[in-house]
Amino acid sequence: MNIEDCTVIDEILEANGNSATNLISILQQIQGKYRYLSQEVMEYVAKKLQISPAKIYSVATFYENFSLEPKGKYVFRVCDGTACHVRKSTAVINALRGELGLINQDTTDDLMFTIETVSCLGACGLAPVLTLNDVVYPAMTPDKVKELIKEIKEKENGKV
Amino acid sequence: MGIMIIDGHRVEFTDEQNILAVIRKAGIELPTFCYNSDLSIYGACRMCVVEDDRGNIHASCSTPPKDGMVIKTNTERLHRHRKMILELLLASHCKDCTTCERNGSCRLQDLAAKFGIKKIRFEDTRPKAEIDKSAKGIVRDPNKCILCGDCVRMCSEVQGIGAIDFAHRGSEVRVTPAFNRPLAESNCVNCGQCAAVCPTGAIVINNQTDKLWHLLGNKEGKRIVAQIAPAVRVAIGEEFGFEAGRNGLGKTVAALHKLGFDEVYDTSLSADLTVIEESNEFLDRLNNNGVFPMFTSCCPGWIQYVEKMHPELKPNVSTCRSPMSMFSSVIKDYYNKKDDGKETYVVAIMPCTAKKYEADRPEFTAADGRQETDLVITTRELVKMIKRAGILFNELEGEAPDMPFGLFSGAGVIFGVTGGVTEAVIRRCSTDKSKEALDKIAIIGVRGRETLKTTSIMIGDREVKIAIVYGLKAAGELIKDLQSGKVYYDFIEVMACPEGCIAGGGQPCTKYKDREHRARGLYHVDRKLQIKSSDQNPAVTQIYDYIIGKRRHELLHIDYVKDGKHEE
Repeated sequence: MNIEDCTVIDEILEANGNSATNLISILQQIQGKYRYLSQEVMEYVAKKLQISPAKIYSVATFYENFSLEPKGKYVFRVCDGTACHVRKSTAVINALRGELGLINQDTTDDLMFTIETVSCLGACGLAPVLTLNDVVYPAMTPDKVKELIKEIKEKENGKV
Repeated sequence: MGIMIIDGHRVEFTDEQNILAVIRKAGIELPTFCYNSDLSIYGACRMCVVEDDRGNIHASCSTPPKDGMVIKTNTERLHRHRKMILELLLASHCKDCTTCERNGSCRLQDLAAKFGIKKIRFEDTRPKAEIDKSAKGIVRDPNKCILCGDCVRMCSEVQGIGAIDFAHRGSEVRVTPAFNRPLAESNCVNCGQCAAVCPTGAIVINNQTDKLWHLLGNKEGKRIVAQIAPAVRVAIGEEFGFEAGRNGLGKTVAALHKLGFDEVYDTSLSADLTVIEESNEFLDRLNNNGVFPMFTSCCPGWIQYVEKMHPELKPNVSTCRSPMSMFSSVIKDYYNKKDDGKETYVVAIMPCTAKKYEADRPEFTAADGRQETDLVITTRELVKMIKRAGILFNELEGEAPDMPFGLFSGAGVIFGVTGGVTEAVIRRCSTDKSKEALDKIAIIGVRGRETLKTTSIMIGDREVKIAIVYGLKAAGELIKDLQSGKVYYDFIEVMACPEGCIAGGGQPCTKYKDREHRARGLYHVDRKLQIKSSDQNPAVTQIYDYIIGKRRHELLHIDYVKDGKHEE
């Protein structure tokens, strides 16, 4: 881990009083920064908080919300709950995967996109629904998905 | 205080924390997996369920007793529940009982038999997990884990290490080291306490008896020498029906001779060497402004703990080898010089799983690539060998250890119990070796069952402050206090296992109350020996005169700081 990362994590630890009782909040904030929890980071936190790395691994693997794998800059969470499913969420997922070329993986190699499915987003009235980095997109169709990805890619390319 | 009605009988309770303890007091042994009186209460296995007078079911381990409580422990409904739990546990358990290390000593197997489980209705859908053989002392087979969490709590609550913990959730929960790495890459110190509490074969001692059988079966041109650690003698008998604490050294020596060992020695002798070297080193540090506090170095679990968790303390650890490693180098040196065409193999009978790791360390590997201690066999492994050979241990006529390394002092014997090393060192440092003086040393606070004991002695006109600690969690807390300047000690004895080697990871499994008998057993042996102080042992003098000579540092010391031979 480089010095820059250490400073970032030290700040997060400091903000949480360097206390192991705030472990979940610490991990959430770290994930907020890096989009996932790397082994290096977890080991560093374990050392700083004087708890065992196995304990942190235990917490990090317990909660679905924590990711131990790197995630893309744009995370699609497609709802596949009952309501969304019957309103053809499968087609939406397939369109996403096809468009991004994600067959046996969930994250693109350039760490730009990640696809996840969730069991219910609690917005059945908007079915089929997905969220993109916490912004809700209601009543999705394969075409709308393609449009959305095109927009993002253009935005990203424009940056470069 | 109060009265409970258990299965229709009045039972009085006083300070019991849970009704399980009251039930056991009433003479009913409820089945449990996750309840271990030395650890916190977890309430996971639900085997200890009881029914109250309203038909509600409680886990007795985590229910406090109340006055007037009426409970039943053996209703048909409870049996149905327990059987169901067993069936479910067995469903996701690798059932290769006949080839399992714990065959015959497994609690799951035992309870399945007691509850008459004949058929398991559920399919095992779990993917097969890999067996972790990376650690030298223990082997972990996740396929046999029933998730009782005893090992997890032992490792974090008693040892303060937390090398293993639960990971994942729901049906996917596993006990694993951090990041699913092999144990050897975690902060595990091989103390083996997890294996000692595991009710199944999920964590077991790394069984090396086959290697020893092979060695004993191919003896031509070899001299096979055994050394028996002090703590083995007071525990081995338990596996053969003797009460805890009975001295089984004589029978063990006889059994080893019968198994084919050429020479059988007692590690208590090299414990005497350790006492001399350690006290010399301590006095040397005292006179030459050395690094303080000085920690003892006999316990390999503790050595690994320092290396993995507190490398800054390495210079504080005594450079003395452990008694086992001292003995191996002395024995080999002695026989190599004899040059009688025989190759010498040293097998150490130890109460300890971490000794397997110690023997394997590069520092203790000779120039020819062989380990100085060729093989380490734990007490439990030796018991298996004795049983396999059909030797009737109980009927053996006791034998004395062989010469020339068969004489030992009481000071060497008490190494096996917490405080023993310190007491032995104080005996050595004391100029007055009268009976009264030695009796006085025994009561200055070196004996007893507390995790941390402190005392002080006068050496010249300097007061030397001493701490004695067992359990690595307690050691860790002491280090914290030392480093924050809250306390100060000159000499600190650390033993990783509860109350020292007597409850080592390689010993027959023990409970709090039996440990006391083992400790008493060692003190009893000490009382019966004529030689009380290490420097009075004539064998020690001879070893120094004829074997060690000026090569003290080569044969008796090690420098873990430089990871190589110790330099003067």
